[in-house]
Amino acid sequence: MAERLHFEDFEVGQVVALDAYNVTAEEILAFAAEFDPQPFHLNACLGEASILGGLAASGWHVSAMLMRMMADSWLNGSASMGSNGVSDMKWLKPVLAGEILTGSMTVISKRISSKRPEMGIFQCGFELSNDAGQKKAEMTAVVFMRVKAAC
Amino acid sequence: MLGLFFEEIDEGLAVDLGSYHFTRDSILAFARKYDPQPFHLSDEGGLAGPFGKLSASGWHTAAGWMKCYVATNSAARERLEAGGKALPEIGPSPGFSNLKWLRSVYPGDTVSYRSNVTSKRALTSRPEWGMVFSLNEGFNQMGEPVFSFEGKVLIARLGNN
Repeated sequence: MAERLHFEDFEVGQVVALDAYNVTAEEILAFAAEFDPQPFHLNACLGEASILGGLAASGWHVSAMLMRMMADSWLNGSASMGSNGVSDMKWLKPVLAGEILTGSMTVISKRISSKRPEMGIFQCGFELSNDAGQKKAEMTAVVFMRVKAAC
Repeated sequence: MLGLFFEEIDEGLAVDLGSYHFTRDSILAFARKYDPQPFHLSDEGGLAGPFGKLSASGWHTAAGWMKCYVATNSAARERLEAGGKALPEIGPSPGFSNLKWLRSVYPGDTVSYRSNVTSKRALTSRPEWGMVFSLNEGFNQMGEPVFSFEGKVLIARLGNN
């Protein structure tokens, strides 16, 4: 098994590209039906007539897509220990059916937990854009990761 | 929010949003689709992971809040509409802050959610909308807090809809 990425393998200022995510109408409708069944997320015509201007994904769905992009691009190759929160998430523009999201993560700060020396704590900034370069969402969140020296 | 216009929502308004039950199957299905980290995908992965057992994705806990929020609002809108009240257009949310996953959520847990309006602000840039701020929380069946965040949502103003 390849060596997993640990706390020591990320530096402040480092930028990591996230895998692209294909946003489909089918998936927008499925997520909305289960978790956010508001008319404008369930029907393309009602979406177009709404303030969202099209069939747009639930904001919580956009957050979930970002999570999947993180997992696929680097998190699942790391010694992640989860997260305890998100200090800020901005849903800047509606994410519409047919768009392809790309994204990045920037390491803002890093430190080792004073209570748990085996655990490192990152503050990370995330951005999502569509294929035309329009910024769709921003997030600042905590990522916990195992310290290699403690393994 | 609850079929109310901006002017009808007061600071301190507290709403019980009901509860969401986390089955093992729903935890696995959500994680496979959106958060495929080993500790969300199997008992073995959970045991070896940071939480000691299989746990729900934090985004699943958040999505459970939204499901309860929408169900509560839809029921309130239906009641008011049946009574002949004019309903506001539903507004979007520009985001949230200070979201905290306070405790893990495990298969079989039931999380009860609530929302408290903390403040509201008229928008000079968009006179037909106001912004309502809320503190939202989730508690497991033992009454322990598992989740919280500060939400904001655009609410239509009276006379502009």
